[in-house]
Formats: sequence, structure tokens, C-alpha cells
Amino acid sequence: MANTPDYNWPPMDKRRVIGKPYKRLDGPQKASGRAKYCSDLKPKDMLFGVYLTSPHAHARVTSIDTSAAEKTAGVKAVHVVSPAGTEVQWAGTEIAAVAATTEETARDAVRKIKVEYEVLPHLVKEEDLGKAGPRAKAAGEKLVGDPDKAFQEAEAVSEGQYGIPVVTHCCLEPHGQVIQWQGDQVNVWPSTQDITHYAGSLGPNLKVPIANIHVKQDHIGGGFGSKFAPDSWGQVGAFLSQKAGGRPVKLFLDRASEQMIAGNRPSAYATIKIAGKKDGTITAWQSESWASGGFTGGGSPPLPYILDTIPNQRLRHTAVSVNAGPNRAWRAPNNQQASYLTCGAIEDFAAKIGMDPMDVFSKNVAYAPSSRVETYRYQLQKAAEIADWKKLWHPRGEGGSGVVKRGLGIGFSAWGGGGHQSQCRTTIHPDGSVLVEIGTQDLGTGTRTIITQVAAETLGLPMGAIKLSIGSSDLPPDSASGGSTTAGGVSSSTRKAAVNALAKLFEAVAPALGAPAEQLEAVDGHIRVKDNPGKSLAWQAACRKLGPTKISEMGENNQRNPGGLNSSGAAGVQIADVSVDTETGQVRMNRYVAVQDCGLVINPRLAESVVYGAIIMGIGTALFEERVMDEQTGCVLNPDMEFYKLAGINDIGEIIVHLDIRPENDKRGVIGLGEPPAVAICAAVGNAVANAIGVRVPNIPMTPAHVLDALEGRKT
Amino acid sequence: MSSRKDPQPSAKPKTGFSRRGFIRGVGLGGGAVGTGLLEREAVAAPAPANVAGPGPVAITLTINGKPVNVTVEPRVTLLDAMRNYLDLTGAKRVCDRGTCGACTVILAGKTVYSCSVLAIDAQGKSIETIEGLATGNTLHPVSAAFVNHDAQQCGYCTSGFVMAVKGFIDKHPNPTMEDVKHGLGGNLCRCGTYMGIRQAALEAAREMKGAKHG
Repeated sequence: MANTPDYNWPPMDKRRVIGKPYKRLDGPQKASGRAKYCSDLKPKDMLFGVYLTSPHAHARVTSIDTSAAEKTAGVKAVHVVSPAGTEVQWAGTEIAAVAATTEETARDAVRKIKVEYEVLPHLVKEEDLGKAGPRAKAAGEKLVGDPDKAFQEAEAVSEGQYGIPVVTHCCLEPHGQVIQWQGDQVNVWPSTQDITHYAGSLGPNLKVPIANIHVKQDHIGGGFGSKFAPDSWGQVGAFLSQKAGGRPVKLFLDRASEQMIAGNRPSAYATIKIAGKKDGTITAWQSESWASGGFTGGGSPPLPYILDTIPNQRLRHTAVSVNAGPNRAWRAPNNQQASYLTCGAIEDFAAKIGMDPMDVFSKNVAYAPSSRVETYRYQLQKAAEIADWKKLWHPRGEGGSGVVKRGLGIGFSAWGGGGHQSQCRTTIHPDGSVLVEIGTQDLGTGTRTIITQVAAETLGLPMGAIKLSIGSSDLPPDSASGGSTTAGGVSSSTRKAAVNALAKLFEAVAPALGAPAEQLEAVDGHIRVKDNPGKSLAWQAACRKLGPTKISEMGENNQRNPGGLNSSGAAGVQIADVSVDTETGQVRMNRYVAVQDCGLVINPRLAESVVYGAIIMGIGTALFEERVMDEQTGCVLNPDMEFYKLAGINDIGEIIVHLDIRPENDKRGVIGLGEPPAVAICAAVGNAVANAIGVRVPNIPMTPAHVLDALEGRKT
Repeated sequence: MSSRKDPQPSAKPKTGFSRRGFIRGVGLGGGAVGTGLLEREAVAAPAPANVAGPGPVAITLTINGKPVNVTVEPRVTLLDAMRNYLDLTGAKRVCDRGTCGACTVILAGKTVYSCSVLAIDAQGKSIETIEGLATGNTLHPVSAAFVNHDAQQCGYCTSGFVMAVKGFIDKHPNPTMEDVKHGLGGNLCRCGTYMGIRQAALEAAREMKGAKHG
């Protein structure tokens, strides 16, 4: 075709499949236990791999003796990861690994490895910056306007301390893979968020051509930002397989290692001062913040969150290196921390001047990027309406005379998104069958379902007529599922591939329908002439016009030039409604309201599920989750799931999600929703607790200990 | 978030082994433990006839109504026997310590964590797993309700949750929403699918009423 094809999404009122709440396509597989995750696989002759890890937070390996392990019957390979001389910088570091015919044998053999360490001094806690010494490094300063003058002239100044600890991803399926390295061929079944780039990361380390590495994954049991790379276990598993003569090896982390070394979200602590007018206008911001993301550092919350243009600011940030597992991207990196610190400080300022925080937030979102100001105001109003703010909110500390106090709090969020680089191939066969192929992955966000919806919509076919293939590195390249970019990427590449394939079909069918190709459309299983629907051919009859040759067309989403099919930028406002028992310190979630803007929503049922999920995960981090380090031993005290607590089904209260599906949002194209709604929960819950009990509980999570300390005026 | 399930299916210790006896034993032999003397003695002493292991033992499990033979060491959990030896991988190993419920099966009519039951102790009892729920391509009403209410995302907790809901409804055929929230406290989800699971449990209970499903 001479002209550039029209890839635009069909108008809202013309959509037949997009925008409809189809059930997720892999739902029956998962709900019947038939879905096979990589950790479920057991190819013929598979060996079980087990790691030996360091019990010390900081130590030098002085000797390692694997001879007894190697002699154990059933052991087929032993690999030393940290030879003598290696300096270990966190407990849980991989020292050696064994592959054996049974998992029991591998565990026994690992215990027979003798390692001697020279134990070195460690630092594992960063809450008290004064104790960090040389491990604390200045990591940025910013000065805007004249904060000293602004604080001097301020009608009101508030000051507070806020902290949010390290939490772990706690993926239910641990990190790892089944891998087979035979000669110059590698087959690997990893638990990964990035099938397309896995081989490219692994190949150079194994010195195997990337073309010889085949990566497959049907399902993944959670990633949340922690499963982008092959990691050391990908490599170690490969070495074990090679040493064992090419037998496949399953090497997945046990729960303790998963919690210690496979990812966490950096902490963030801050002392924040706000100056402002009695009408609620903030005039100055000052913050001293520090954070740790483990030994390699990390953690730099963008402060003041969203309110970029406060006229006077002084910021100082310090990064602390501790002897603990390194951080990884965690569902909107740095945003939860920044939201908690900022929204907490705004709430405290509102309490200081005796104003309703709804009005203070509404006034000061004027400092947000200009394109978002009206969105936030709309969302604040909408959230207030749903949460019954006017009726239920009370000034701080006036939560009634009973032991149990109720309070409401606000949090806000922003996230980018955009569509990642993605290629799709759509094939139309002469018998009418359709195959859609993308080398992407479905994290449980419904990726399979939305791709199929886009293809079905574009080709005018029912969902069942589309066969979809994802989950393999042999398919057209996609990108990592991170940053909420998958929905935008795959929907756009699928749309383009399907439009391109359809254009070829129109060319083949045009003579039979006696109309030019550009006058044809695909609707309800027919190819028909626009404005003359009587002139049509059923889909299969139309495809028979192809003769013996199939149509196979590519479509690509260009991340930098998405052509209006997807875009980035989603804002949200959330309100927590909690009850706090002032005798036990227990916080209960009553109701949680989320108003979330979004772009074009392909499947409202799945979109809503993702928002619910983000909020529930956030409620866990707000109320329960914290990686606890032991100062004496340097170890993680809760690398498990009984003391690292996730929210349960009875801990989350009622959740009300309002997806802002208005035409002006739809026009922006597809915007991913994995991260935007996950940001504001700690902020909203922290503010609701302060509103209920009348004092700020500085540190997340809102556990009974933290709440009671705040009520008693003890420093946590 | 405390579990409402018993991690062990059987409350009575069959071996006559008691905590008090164990402590007394440690007290008497305290000096010898460090030298490894007791260990050597234990190895040297002839094993009583009714002691199984430590090597692999042939056992028979009754899984989804069918006898299944497997040879495992006595220390192997029911979960590991299913996953590593029998390719029954619906039940997942997540916490491996009786907390999260991803490994839930129904043992002798009672919902248990299969990571906290030894395979040899599961002999002679009926073991219902997720693999036994569907009839051909027809989903069990609990699984169907999970699909209908989108009560799953990554799906790694789903098998365990489906079994927990089945066990719960078997015992509480007319649950209220409050019952559901309390009765399913022994399973954890990381993606945050509880809103769907609540609705799915209520729908499944309605569907199963009067119907004859396993």
C-alpha cells in the first residue's frame, strides 16, 4: 500500500473486543494446577542443585574443601562460586553449589563442604545514621531559591521524622531456572521478566553463541522488578550442568536465600521541615534524607515528591552501604519511599496549621508538573467523595473518646510507563487460522489476554480464532516486563502487525469483492466493503483467496515513537481509612479508596485486578513488612514467611478502585498500570494512623510496636 | 495472619517420642553430644524392626483415589514426594515451613500444608490434590469460580488457595463473607488477589450446594 496504514485505535464506541472484560485466557490452566512454571519442570535425567551460602555478613573465605561432597554417592557436580580469597559482603552470598540425583542428596552434600572464614566487621543497620561512620557517603545536594529566608519569614513551620524500611520482593516462585548445557547448546527454562534479553546476558559468561541459547518460560510466579537478569544462579546452574555431562540441572533458591539475596527495596529515612502560610500554601522544603539499598548502595527518593516546583528547597541525601543483599527494582522504584516521606510531611504541616489536609494537598498540587495539576485536583475530589471524607474526616487526634480511633489519610502517586520496544508477527493462513507471536512474558498481569484482544479486535474475529505464542526467545523480540511498559508495548506491536497482515489480505480479496483494498474492513468475521456491508466474504472464504501462501507480517512498537498507540504518565490519589487500637497498637484497614487515571484500557477486569493487587501489596508493606537485621550476627532475622509477614485475606479491609476511564484519558493510548497504583499506600496509611491517634508514627510498617512507641513518646 | 490449619495431620505422636523425653535424653548425654559419641553409638546399634530409613523406603500413597507407589527417604515431605518424585506439581513449594499454604492438599478430609507432612506419614490416608479436581476439561466449581472472579495473577498461590477453598467449603457449605475472610487466613498471595478470592469462595459455595463434587 502506498499510504502509511492507519494504526490508530478504533474509536471507543466502535470497539467490539477491546475494552471488554474478558476472563484471563490462562485462568483455567492456573486454577486447575495444570500451568507448568519453570520450577515445576523435570526434564529427563534432571539433577537437583542446592547452594551453600555464607553465614557471615562480612568475611573472607580462607579455605574451601569440597572433597567430601564430591565423593558423596549421587553427586554429579560441585561448583565453587566463592573460592579462597573471596570477600563476602552479605550473609547469604553464594559460596558453592552441588548437583545431585536427588534434592536430599544435594542438601547432604552441601553440608559436607568445609569452608573457613576470616570474619570481618560488619554494618547491617542504617536507621541510625550516626552509627554509619565512613559507610555513609554524601549522595547529592540541591538548593533552590532562598530556603533560609523562607523559613525565617514563614507563618508556620512543621518538622518531622519519617522512615520506611527495606522490604523484600518475596516472589512466591523463587529465583532460579532449569538449565541444560550440552556441547555448544544451552536450553534454559528460567523464572524471568525478560525472556528476550536473557540469552544475551548469559551467553558471554558461558562463552556460548547467543544464537545457541534457547530460553522458554510459560508462566512466572511473581517478579515485581526482581527478575530481569539470569543472575549468578543462571551461570552456576549452567556450569553444574556442563560438569555433569550435560544433564539438566534445576537450581532454584530456597526461601531463606530468596529473602536474603534475590532482591529488596531500598529503605529511606528523612528529617523534613516545611514552611508555609496559614492558608496552606507551602513556601519552603528542607530535607536531610538517607537510604540504603544494601552493599552496593542505592535508594534515592525523588524529593519533594511530585511537588517539584516548591520555590525554596534545600535537600541533602546520604547513601549508606550496609552488609546486606543488594536492592533491585521494586514496583515503582524510589516512588513509594518518596511518596511516604512527602505526603507525611504535608499531612504534618496541615495538622500544624489546623487545616484539612484535603485542602492543603489540593492547594499545593499547584507545584506538580503543570499537565497534572488539574488531574490531581479532580482525583482528590473524586477520592474524597468515594471515601466520604467530609463526613468521616476529623482534625488530628479527635478520633473519639474510645480506645479504638478511626482516621483517614491521603497519598498521591505518579508514574511514567510508556510502551517498551516490541515486535509482533501475525500470520494469516489460507485456512483462516491466525497465529500471533511475540517473545514476551505474562507476569500474571494478563498480557496473553490483552494481546489476543487487540488481534481479535483488529482482524474482526472472535477471541477463540486467535492462536497466541509467547514465552520463547525464538519468537520476535520483545523487552523486559518492567516499568509498566508491557501493556503499551505488546498492544501496539500487535495492533501494527495485525493491521499490516490485514492490508495484505484486503489486497488478495479486493478483486473478488470488486472494491479497492482500502475500501475494505474486517468486522464480525467478515471482510466487507465499507458503507456497503452487503458486499462481503466470510473470513475463511476470504483467506482461501490467498491460494497456497500464508500472510506473515511484522509490527513494531518503537519505544521512542509510539505513534499515539501508547504513552506514559499516570497519576493517582488514594485514601486510607483505618482504625487504631490505642491499647494494643493494632492498626486495622477499614476501607481503601484508589482513584487512578489510565490511558486506553484494553481489559477493565484485568486492569482492576492489577490495581487491587498493587494496593494489597502496598497494605502489606504499610502494616507488616520489614526485613529485620541483627546487629550482632549481621544476619537477616526473618528470611522466611512466618516472621516476614505478608498481608492475608482478612488484613486488607474493603478496597474501592475507581479507574478514570474518560475519553480524554482514552485518547492518550495504552498506559501500563502495574506500578502507578502501588506507590501511595504507605503514605495514605501513615497519614491515616497519625490522623486517628493524634501523633505521627515515624516509621513504616505501622506495627503495634511502632504505634505504641509513638503514643508513649518513645523513639523507635 | 495466624494459620488456622494444623500443620500436622495427626495430633498423637505414634512413636512415643515426646518433647520431655527428648530434653531428658539431651540432658543425660550432654557431655557426649559434642564428641560425636552418641552419634556413633546410634549408628552402631542395630535398628529396631519397626524403624524405617534412613535410606529410601517403598511406600504407597493414595492420591486422588488411586494407589501410587514411590520410594523415598523417610525425611521426604509429602510435598517433595509429589513434586520431585511423582510430577504432581500443582502444589507449590514457597515458604516450605507451614506458613503460606501454596502446598495445600486435603489429607483424610482435612486441609493440610503438604510441606509439613512426611510422605511416609501420609500412607493409608486419602490425599486430594489439585490434579484430582477437574473432570477432563470441565473445571471443578472452585477452579471455575477463581476464573470467573479473576482470583489469580501469577497463579503460584492459586493451586493451594483452590484446595484451601475446597476444604473450607466442604466443612462450611454456607459461608458468609466474614467466614471466608477468617477461614482462608492460612494462605498467602503476593500479587494481591484476595478481592477475587473472596468472591470466588462465595460463588463456589453456592455452586457446590447440592451438587456432588468430590
